[in-house]
Amino acid sequence: MSTPADLRVVPFGDAALLVEVADLAAVRRVDDVLRAVRGGDAPWDVVVDQVPAARTVLLRTVPGADLVGLAAAVVATLARVTGEAAEGDADDGAGSDERVGADAEDVVHLSVVYDGEDLAEVAGLTGLTVEEVVAVHAGPTYTVAFGGFMPGFAYLVGLDPRLRVPRRATPRERVPAGAVAIADEYSAVYPAATPGGWRLLGRCDAVLFDVARTPPALLPPGTRVRFVPRGSW
Amino acid sequence: MTGTGGTGTGSGARAAPSVPGVRGAHDVREADGVGEVHDAREVDDIGEVHDTRKVDDVPEARATHAVLEVLDPGVQTLVQDLGRPGWAHVGVGRSGAADGAALRLANRLIANPEGAAGLEVLMGGLRLRTRVPVTVALAGAPGPAWVDGVRVGPHAPLELPRGAVLRLGPPVRGLRTYVAVRGGVDVPPVLGSRATDVLGGIGPSPLAAGDVLAVGPPPVGWPVVDVAAVRLWPDRWVLPVVPGPHVDWFADGLDALLAGEGYVVTPASNRVALRLDGAPVTRTDERDGVELASQGLVAGAVQVPPDGAPVVFGVDHPVTGGYPVVGVVRSSALGVLGQVRPGERVRFVRG
Repeated sequence: MSTPADLRVVPFGDAALLVEVADLAAVRRVDDVLRAVRGGDAPWDVVVDQVPAARTVLLRTVPGADLVGLAAAVVATLARVTGEAAEGDADDGAGSDERVGADAEDVVHLSVVYDGEDLAEVAGLTGLTVEEVVAVHAGPTYTVAFGGFMPGFAYLVGLDPRLRVPRRATPRERVPAGAVAIADEYSAVYPAATPGGWRLLGRCDAVLFDVARTPPALLPPGTRVRFVPRGSW
Repeated sequence: MTGTGGTGTGSGARAAPSVPGVRGAHDVREADGVGEVHDAREVDDIGEVHDTRKVDDVPEARATHAVLEVLDPGVQTLVQDLGRPGWAHVGVGRSGAADGAALRLANRLIANPEGAAGLEVLMGGLRLRTRVPVTVALAGAPGPAWVDGVRVGPHAPLELPRGAVLRLGPPVRGLRTYVAVRGGVDVPPVLGSRATDVLGGIGPSPLAAGDVLAVGPPPVGWPVVDVAAVRLWPDRWVLPVVPGPHVDWFADGLDALLAGEGYVVTPASNRVALRLDGAPVTRTDERDGVELASQGLVAGAVQVPPDGAPVVFGVDHPVTGGYPVVGVVRSSALGVLGQVRPGERVRFVRG
């Protein structure tokens, strides 16, 4: 049994573990595997929150949980799944084909009006025309890497490297709900009005977060997303 | 955490539809301290307030439902239970009572489930009138309290007759006093909890004068003690910490936090975090200027921004953070974070 390379599991206080991995792709795998394996049985029943981020997955537990046992289970589970994936690839790769098929049905399409305040500035920063910025942003299928910042906010990865721009030097006092924005390697949609420093490309009227809905978040981690320019819908 | 927006943008200016239980994050960032939250009441309580003002005229069945009338919420009174686990991955934090042990004690005293929702009263000032007989208990920050002008004590079941007025004075020590009500405060749960998350804007709004609170059905059991003996309120605040995931980013490791006279809690402290003033915690030369990718946080995490002034996260912490965590306060001591006053000193000990 081999432990995946670059995996480190460390305590985060007396009621949480931090699983540290090499990159975002590994975060997605670890987050998916652990969410799938967690259930009501020991040792997973002590976990109350699982929080993926850029290079880590946090497992928060009830106080007094056996973190050593949980860490061992995490390592063993990830080693087993990594082993199975390697064997699957060696056999025929059927597993991965299946996965692509399942994902393709799961894409959330967001209709976007590309009239954001920073469109011209982003064009200037990237050397693209405004039309090209829109086409390049609406081109890929994105994946929600992780949440955070505010309820329903989703950090989307998959942004074309040509659109990598730094966030604004001075954040806006108010970014409206539904604003479609980019910063660094991420794109996102603001679920509610808030101060924010990302570059605004457009807006969509999807409700990103609604506590009265099940599930409340439109874009939980792992969700695949496409932006569709309105008019071409 | 800086409130940068103006208060002039009311709910009508929001592009998103109003959702019960969700306040705009804009409002929330301004409510960061002990200040008021504006604009929060349009969906949560008002209908209930107007309905229940006439409660004396309606049948008894209804009257047992709307039970506590808020005459004055004081500085800030929040409905809290033991929090909202399970949603951090979509940006909703744990929240819950800032001094969870105090709420649990108050609930136990009146035979409630420990996690029943109660009231978290910041610096006293709360006045409530009962519309039916209710049983309550007080715990947390000790201070004077009166029922119809007669002094009552904490840590004991208090039988309040119909029409009684319960008043809390400012605590003599600590910040937050808890009022548990037999049956639990019955505001609608949001994502499984009645906790008020001031950072995420989830859950009930802070109480306002004129609110009428429902109380749930009483538990089957009855109180088994007349008064609980509790340990003395500490005369020094001590926070036991264990090394955090990035302790090796700092020149003296965890010792940097333990040295000297401790830290003074600044006024920019609240349910989200205690911001501390004292000897800066400095990074190793190797880690100086290095950026950390955002990662999940827990209450009790002691994060160190580039200025070296430690920030200890409380129950309404953001779900992720981007600065290294030198240490983490023990779960058993988290309640201290809800009780230490600005200007007081906290000392970390290896624990």
